[in-house]
Amino acid sequence: MTETTSSIQVALYVTCLVDVMRPSVGFAAIKLLQNAGCDVIVPKQQTCCGQPGYNSGDEVAAKALAQQVIETFESYDYVVAPSGSCAGMIKDHYPKLFSKDAEWHSRALALAKNTHELTSFLVDELGVQTLDAHFEGSVCYHDSCAGLRELNVKAQPRQLLSSVKGLSLQEMKGEEECCGFGGLFCVKYSDISNTMVSRKLDNIERSGADTLLAGDLGCLLNMAGKMTREGSTVKARHVAEVLAGMTDLPAIGEGEG
Amino acid sequence: MSSSCSSFKQNAAVAIHDPKLQGALGKLGDGLQARRAAAVGQLPEFDALRNDAQRIKRQVMADLDCYLEQFESKVLEQGGQVHWASTADDARNAVLDICQKVGAKTVTKGKSMVTEELELNNFLADNGIEPVETDLGEYILQLRKEAPSHIVVPAVHLQQDDIAKTFVKSHAQLDPSRDLTEPERLVGEAREALRERFFAADVGITGANYMVAETGSTVIVTNEGNGDLTQTLPKVHVVVTTIERVIPTLEDLSTFLRLLPRSATGQEATAYVTLSSGPKREDDWHGPQEFHVVILDGGRSELLGSENQDVLNCIRCGACMNHCPVYGAVGGHAYGWVYPGPIGSALTPALIGVEKSSALPNASTFCGRCVEVCPVKIPLTDIMRRWRVEEQTKKLTSPFQRAGLSAWAWLATRPGLYQALTGLTAWGMKVVGRRRGGLTRLPFASGWTQYRNFPTPEGKTFHAQMKQKAKTKANLGVRYE
Ligand code: SF4
Repeated sequence: MTETTSSIQVALYVTCLVDVMRPSVGFAAIKLLQNAGCDVIVPKQQTCCGQPGYNSGDEVAAKALAQQVIETFESYDYVVAPSGSCAGMIKDHYPKLFSKDAEWHSRALALAKNTHELTSFLVDELGVQTLDAHFEGSVCYHDSCAGLRELNVKAQPRQLLSSVKGLSLQEMKGEEECCGFGGLFCVKYSDISNTMVSRKLDNIERSGADTLLAGDLGCLLNMAGKMTREGSTVKARHVAEVLAGMTDLPAIGEGEG
Repeated sequence: MSSSCSSFKQNAAVAIHDPKLQGALGKLGDGLQARRAAAVGQLPEFDALRNDAQRIKRQVMADLDCYLEQFESKVLEQGGQVHWASTADDARNAVLDICQKVGAKTVTKGKSMVTEELELNNFLADNGIEPVETDLGEYILQLRKEAPSHIVVPAVHLQQDDIAKTFVKSHAQLDPSRDLTEPERLVGEAREALRERFFAADVGITGANYMVAETGSTVIVTNEGNGDLTQTLPKVHVVVTTIERVIPTLEDLSTFLRLLPRSATGQEATAYVTLSSGPKREDDWHGPQEFHVVILDGGRSELLGSENQDVLNCIRCGACMNHCPVYGAVGGHAYGWVYPGPIGSALTPALIGVEKSSALPNASTFCGRCVEVCPVKIPLTDIMRRWRVEEQTKKLTSPFQRAGLSAWAWLATRPGLYQALTGLTAWGMKVVGRRRGGLTRLPFASGWTQYRNFPTPEGKTFHAQMKQKAKTKANLGVRYE
């Protein structure tokens, strides 16, 4: 490799949930990106993307955090997040948030262009088709709403999973249906959220898969929390853990029933 | 119509624990959703049609007054009359006036959500005129004294045995032990009951899916044929509709006719599409002697030019509610006003005020399925989010939430402090989680832990680990900067 074709610079936006709840997902993302030839940077100044404020109507809070993310990440070639929801916030919503502010709008658009969800970045931008990973088990994949509908993440994680040795994909019914997380929704409208996650759990159980995968930790915490409460034996993991072959750690909420 | 939107949460809790309702709602997925998917799958140009429809609607809204004037002058030319109503009161009075002028005793009614908005049935009854709903679903609801819970399938919340019970009670002259286990029998019995009502009616009231400006026609798109009997048999036909229903041309109508049935019921076309263009002319075989169009504004014009204007583009297909997981969990009545589901959450605050309906725009996870299926591509979630901004600005949200969000933003814009605190939180939760064998209770998040555990964090945060790795130079080849 010559100097001029130096590897692709990717800043990892680890997301606040991964940071606090499941840092291994961040390390799995680093491994996947490095194996695909990327030079990974983790900017220290990152915190939250501002989605809680944005979705609750607090645009002041949302803008303050969005500006911080833009300033922290705009100098890199690419920004990649192991989350469709946070990547969608940056890609789809930051430009809307600053629609009335020309300067920040153009900075938001520039960042949006370079920001990607992890699995779609690997497949669509880097052309990764197969991975060298092994996972013994049958999995079902929940399509998280933001990834699916804002970023078109659907085929990419499945494409990558199909190359994992020992893994069989057993789709659940209603794989595109919301799990009822919705950020603050699950606390504010807990009855409705519970009905939604209960239906989800039925479909997960019926798929016959022994592991549930998804690309968003928020949804996974919701579904895993429901599964442990109900005594389900299905395990929940972020898709990056399986793709990176980092499944030694217990599944999300495992053994906490 | 009076609203109970502010009791959304309580209404929802009741709905969730109603096994009958849950059984009825369970049919949405394999029924209406699956049928729409099949119909859309067979029309490769469906998405292109959605773009066309959105373009037509936006063109209409940009020049709404011109299209409405064109429509009016065509109606007048054809011998009809147009009544402009800026408020619900105006619209009710216009209808009453028409009815009283012909000394009406009974009126038949085709399906119309706008008349629900006007609570027209109660109003007419209070004024000594008997309204008779002729759409099967609406007829059942009228017998049960219930409001529709869906804009296309008004009685979707009922199961067949509920309807059978209602008929046994209401059609008291018939043998109470008759067999009503087949849907066809219920339909037949309703037809029989309605037949004489059609002939006895002095006035027929219908809604309008569209007003075509170039021809001055109102259009209804139906499956039962009751709308046609309602509008052709009586002496007087009154169309009650709203300003945003106008479209420019018949050509445009054909675009909407390809989108509406597929989106609503998964049909390629409905059984009937009926255009009404004025009263009966000399050589017409049948038709009303008088043709009136009552056009309600009802707060809609205030949306023109606003960021939420696109909500006016709705063609009332119901697809957003058929696909909404929240609607699917609680049904339509929980929303507490005329329009339930995502369109209700986006439109109701504009029509009755966000103060009275603040729960509705929040009743969404923003999963985006409604936007995905909406035939006119209304950005429903963006609109709901803007209502939330308005609630926040008007301080209609809880002070606890407002303070929490500000505190979060304050903390998260101070990365050093943030990381120290999140580090502590993760560690604390880990310790407690380990001791208790899982987090089954959390302060400030009882809504979560009431139904689910909160998975225990791994321990050290990602940033804490990165910091450590950077120090020991075991940094995985990652720049932590
Ligand atoms: S908002 Fe869209 S999907 Fe919902 S009823 Fe209106 S047109 Fe149909």
